[in-house]
Amino acid sequence: MDFTYDDEQVALRDAVRGLVGKAYNDYEHRRQTVGEDPGFDEKQWARLAEMGVLGLPFSEDDGGVGAGPVEIGIVCQELGRTIAPEPFLASVVLAGGLVSAAGTAEQRGEVLGALAAGESVLAFAHDEPGRRWGPKAEKVVATQDGDAWTITGVKEPVLHGARADVLVVSAALPEGGTGLFLVAGDAAGLTREGYPTYDGGRAARVALDATAATPLGAAGADLTATIATVQDITRIMAGNQALGAMQTLLKATTDYLKSRKQFGVTLNTFQALTFRAADMYTSLELTHSLVDWSTMVIASGDPEEVAAAAARASLQVSRGGRHVGQEAIQLHGGIAMTAEYNVGMFVAHLTALDHVLGDGNHQVGVLSTKVGDYDLIDPLDV
Amino acid sequence: MMGLNQGHVTDERGRSMQLELTAEDQKFRDEMRTFFTTEVSEEIRQVVIEGRELTKEQIVESQRTLNKAGLAVPHWPEEWGGRGWNELQRHIWHEEMQRAGVPIPLAFNASMIGPVIAHFGTEEQKARFLPGTANLDIWWSQGFSEPDAGSDLASLRTTAVRDGDDWVVNGQKTWTTLGQYGDWIFTLVRTDPEVKKQAGISMLLIDMTSPGLEVRPIQLIDGGHEVNEVWFEDVRVPAENMVGELNSGWTQAKFLLGNERVGVAPVGATKRFLARAKELAKETSDGNGATLLDDPLVRARIVELENELLALELTALRVVAHSAGGEPHPASSVLKLRGTELQQAVSELLVDLAGPASVASGAGAGSDLAAWARTVTPNYLNLRKASIYGGSNEIQRQIISRSILGL
Repeated sequence: MDFTYDDEQVALRDAVRGLVGKAYNDYEHRRQTVGEDPGFDEKQWARLAEMGVLGLPFSEDDGGVGAGPVEIGIVCQELGRTIAPEPFLASVVLAGGLVSAAGTAEQRGEVLGALAAGESVLAFAHDEPGRRWGPKAEKVVATQDGDAWTITGVKEPVLHGARADVLVVSAALPEGGTGLFLVAGDAAGLTREGYPTYDGGRAARVALDATAATPLGAAGADLTATIATVQDITRIMAGNQALGAMQTLLKATTDYLKSRKQFGVTLNTFQALTFRAADMYTSLELTHSLVDWSTMVIASGDPEEVAAAAARASLQVSRGGRHVGQEAIQLHGGIAMTAEYNVGMFVAHLTALDHVLGDGNHQVGVLSTKVGDYDLIDPLDV
Repeated sequence: MMGLNQGHVTDERGRSMQLELTAEDQKFRDEMRTFFTTEVSEEIRQVVIEGRELTKEQIVESQRTLNKAGLAVPHWPEEWGGRGWNELQRHIWHEEMQRAGVPIPLAFNASMIGPVIAHFGTEEQKARFLPGTANLDIWWSQGFSEPDAGSDLASLRTTAVRDGDDWVVNGQKTWTTLGQYGDWIFTLVRTDPEVKKQAGISMLLIDMTSPGLEVRPIQLIDGGHEVNEVWFEDVRVPAENMVGELNSGWTQAKFLLGNERVGVAPVGATKRFLARAKELAKETSDGNGATLLDDPLVRARIVELENELLALELTALRVVAHSAGGEPHPASSVLKLRGTELQQAVSELLVDLAGPASVASGAGAGSDLAAWARTVTPNYLNLRKASIYGGSNEIQRQIISRSILGL
C-alpha cells in the first residue's frame, strides 16, 4: 500500500505542469484561446503529442506509450490545475479509450497512432437528446446492408464533436445491444453544428443521415459493457481533472484572503472566512484521497470494482467540487463573478465535469442499488 | 484497454501508488485479526459491538489480555513494551482492534501519560509507573481542563506552591473522564503566576488517594456518569512526582495533545456501527410490509455516509503513507474534524432507524423492544462530546486555517 509517486511519476508531473503552466498560468491566454474555434490551441495539442502525452494510455504496438492509470491521472490533474482547454479527456481518455478497448489491431494502429501523433482529434458521439447518462444508444440506429453499415439519428451534446477528425459513434444494433462505429469527419450525410459551452469548452449537435460507418471491432457485437467500463475510467480521470481545478481554487482563495483588505485589514483577520477556507481544505483532501484510490483501483482490472470505485469517486468529486467551487466564489466576493477573473471559470468547468458522466445524486442512485449486498467496504481489498 | 488487466505498471519501479498490502503486511493483518477475534473475550467484544457500556473490570481485563501479548502499547519505546512497528503496522493494529470490537487500550494510559513519562520522565519515574501503566494496574485520569480553561488550556489556575519536599496543590479540574476509577491523575498546574501563561505551567503526577483530593460526579445529558470534577484542597505532592523540568509543563502538554490527535478518528469503529445500522435497518419494518433498508432515502443516507467514511479512511491511509519517519502529513488535522462528525452522524442514523423505540432508554428487562433501540439515543447524546474534546472541532479548523493554509 502506497500513496506516493515514484521519481518517474514526479518527473512526468513536473514536465506536464511546466508545459501546461507555460501556456495557461496566464489566465488571459486561456480566455483568448477558448474565445476562438476550435476552443483549444492546436499548437499546444502538438506539443502534448511531442511530449508523448497523447499516446500515454495506449500500448506501444498501437503507437502509444503503455502507461498506467496513475500516469493518466497525473496528466488530468495537471490539465485541471489550469483548466487547460485541450480535449485530452474527451479525445484521448474517452474516445481513444473506446478504440483501444474495442478496435481491431488495424483500427487501433491507425486511429490511435494518428491521435498519439497529434494528427487527429477524436470525439465520442454518444449522448442523445431527451435522456440522462448511461452506456447504451437508443434512438441513433445502425443499419447493415451486406458488409456496409450506416447510422441515422442525432447525437447531442458531443464534446469537441465539430472539430473531431474522426467520430466514435454509438448506435443501437439491429439485433439488439449497442455497437460502436468509426465515422469520418467528412463523411456524406454527416451534419455538425458546433457551439461553445459555458466553461469555454466545445460541444456539437451531430446529425447522421444514413451516414457510412465502420464497425469498431467485430461487426454487430454488443459493446455496452465495454462502453460502461471506458466511461467508468473516464469518470475517474474526470475526477483527477476536477481535483486539479479544486487545488487551484483553494490556493486562489487563500491568497485572496491574505491580500484583499476591507475595514483596513486583510480578510484573513475574519474567522468567519478562515473557518470556511478550512472546510474547503477538508473537502479537497477527502476528494484527493478518493480520487487517488479510484485511480489505483483501475489497475485491479475487475470491471465491477472499477465501476463501484468510479461511482464513489464521482460522488465525492461532485459533493467536494460544488462545495469548494461555491465557497471559492463566495469568499472572493464580486470579483469572482467576473469573466476576466479565473475563479468563476474554474467553477464553471467543475460544473461541466460534474455533468459529463453523472453527477453526485446519480451516483448515489447507482450505489443505492447495492448497498444492502455487503457489510462494509475494505478499500485495500480490490 | 487503458490500465485494465495491465497489472501494476509501477511494480518494477518499487511500491509507488498501489493499494495492495505487501505479503508481509498482509500476514501482519491476518495475525492481528486472528488474535483480536479469538483471544479477546467474546463477551467484552459483544458489549462494544452493541454499543453498551463497559465495566471497569472489562476494560482492565481486555487491556491485560492485549498487554500480555505485547499489543497494548506497541507505539511506546521498545524498552517499555513498544514493538518498533512502522506507521502502517500501527494503523493496521488500531483498525483491526476496532473492527473486532476490542476496547482500545485506555487512552489516558496508553496514548497520553505513558508516552510522556517515557519521553520526559526520570529513570525512577519510568521504572515506577510504566509497567503498571501498560498493564492497567494503575488507572490514570487526566487533570487538564478547568472551568475557565477549556480550549484556552494555558489559562489554567490550579496552583502548586513549593513547601519543603512537597508541592501543595489547590484548585479544580473538570471533565475528568472515568475519574471515579482513577488511581493516579496527571495534572497541569500553575507553578509561576508571574510569567507568560504558557511559561508558568508544570506537570505533576498525583495519587488520587491523597488527602484533600475529592472526585465529584457530573451527570451528563445521556443520564450516565462518565465525567467528574476533581477538587484539590492543600493536596501534598512529593517533588519527585513532577514530570520534566519545573515550568516546562506546556511542552509536555503539547507533546501529549499531539499524540492525542493521532488515532482520534475512530474510523474502524464507525464503519462497524454503520454496517450494523444496515443490518438493523434490514430487520426493522417500515410499517408498510417492507424493511427500512428498502426505503430509498435510508439507502441514500447510508450510501453518503459510507462514501464519506471511505474518503476519511483513505485519508488516514495517505497520512500513514506520508508520515513514515517524519512530520505528520498536514491532512492529519482533518481526521479528528471529519472523524468525529461522521461518528456523530452514524449515531444519529441509528436513533432515526430505531424510531419510536428510541425513546425507551429506561426500559428494563421486561421490555419487548429491541435492546439496541434502547441504547442508541443515549449514545447519540453522549457522542455530541466528540466534536468538543481532544481540541474542539473549531480548534481543528483554526489549526488548518493557520498552520496549513497560512491564514
